[in-house]
Amino acid sequence: MLELIEQFNLVGAFWLTIRLAAVSFVVALLLGTFVAVLRLAPVGVLNWFGATYVTILRNTPLTLIIVFANLGLWAQLGIELADRGPNFILENNFRLAVLGLAVYHAAFICEAIRSGVNTIPVGQSEAARSIGLTFPQSLREVILPQAFRGAITPIGNVLIALIKNTTVAVAIGNREVAYAMRNMIEFRPDAGLLIFLVIALGFVALTLPVGLATSWLSSRLAVKR
Amino acid sequence: MSAQQVLFDIPGPRARRRHLVLGIIGSALLLGLLVVALVRVYAQGQFEAGKWTPFLEPASWTFYLLPGLWNTLKAAAVAIVLSMVLGTALAMLRMSDIAPVRWASGVFVEFFRAVPVLIMMIFTWVMLVKDPNLVRLTRSVGISAADVTFVAVVTGLVLYNASVICEILRNGVFSLPAGQREAGLSIGLSPSQVRRAILLPQAFTAMLPVLISQVVVITKDSALGYIITYPELLSRTRQLGSANANTFVAYLVVAAIFILLNYAITKLAEWIESRNRRTRRSAVGRGAPEKAAPTYGPSMDATSRVGPGRGPDDT
Repeated sequence: MLELIEQFNLVGAFWLTIRLAAVSFVVALLLGTFVAVLRLAPVGVLNWFGATYVTILRNTPLTLIIVFANLGLWAQLGIELADRGPNFILENNFRLAVLGLAVYHAAFICEAIRSGVNTIPVGQSEAARSIGLTFPQSLREVILPQAFRGAITPIGNVLIALIKNTTVAVAIGNREVAYAMRNMIEFRPDAGLLIFLVIALGFVALTLPVGLATSWLSSRLAVKR
Repeated sequence: MSAQQVLFDIPGPRARRRHLVLGIIGSALLLGLLVVALVRVYAQGQFEAGKWTPFLEPASWTFYLLPGLWNTLKAAAVAIVLSMVLGTALAMLRMSDIAPVRWASGVFVEFFRAVPVLIMMIFTWVMLVKDPNLVRLTRSVGISAADVTFVAVVTGLVLYNASVICEILRNGVFSLPAGQREAGLSIGLSPSQVRRAILLPQAFTAMLPVLISQVVVITKDSALGYIITYPELLSRTRQLGSANANTFVAYLVVAAIFILLNYAITKLAEWIESRNRRTRRSAVGRGAPEKAAPTYGPSMDATSRVGPGRGPDDT
């Protein structure tokens, strides 16, 4: 088993999975917060745009989005996200996968933040308005800080899903865990079950701490009311 | 939209003017973005009639898209039925009075919830092709080499979604009023009879919107079959796109099909939820949090863990 892990660079594959998840999560968090602000804004058009974004992205399969990033954006429209160089294809596919993962999960981050906003008592924003804060000010100083603290659990669940969903990046030639596993089992079908268990436990090891951390954080940071 | 009313007062004349200005600026920005994108797409020749006319030819539909859609729906339907059955069985086992049965079911559920669906699909697929014993076994039960990818897609979907459905049903049972269980016990039913005859049916009704939302997840995830060469809608679209040299346009069309399909299912869930609340059919509808939103997660799960009524193992 150990020589299989070395031969197919499983450690490197897991590292790529972690990098994909980390970068996509940061981008998704920023984009998702932006969309959530649009959905909460008092302006009809912005509202509509946020709602449309969420509806479209939530109902499209992630596989389609990621494959489209490669075959549609890059191959057909010529949108390149990396510099031309020796590692161009790998680097470009990595960034296209990050793009796909981020725009998809941003829709769920947006919904998580909105559920966090719903945990805030009406009095909080009434108080913010009554002391003369404008909408952006009350959002920045009162609503969003509390919303994020209330949304830790759902955001953690999006992160867990995101970590597992990075496997879809194999569809456009990223050499992450799903890629490594396929090659390992094709090479050694007799050790197939063991390979599967090792990789499954790898995912448990990646997602379990996230679950524990979010439940610890959400109880620690919960706004006591 | 309770959140909307929370954040700002009903706008007065000045605020309305400001919102109008912001709305115009916002629309201008959006339109500008759209125009830039369309010009870019146009410059690449994606609007040429030749890219779109293939969708007017019946052959595109009868040879590519409809068989692909059929395969997608077939895999999704089989996976939905099987995961409902297995999920219900797992929920019964996980609430059993016998501790080892509870533990075994718990380990099964927690394990298969943590493993990506694609990993299970690829594992099943490669093993069914490569392992000589499994190849002999599948042939002997009448599964041909061409059906192997279908089996792999359904296996991956069922193992994951049965675990999720088990947790949804358990959450449903926990959110029922305690009186339901006590009443059953008081008329002399055994605990397992109470679960089977009283609690589980009510949990199904209460959780119907969430369960239907899980159908969206299954339908979306069936597109993972693309990666293991199952000829579902996305795979067939790719072939259609390369046959007509209109990959970009083909993906737009298939995205529209997927979105409409899943949007319709979501709307169905919302409609059932509103009807539930109106007719108060479910015990949960009465004392429960005002909105059991149809939550469905990013493809593989996320919010399915935070269904209405947090279960004991919700992290």
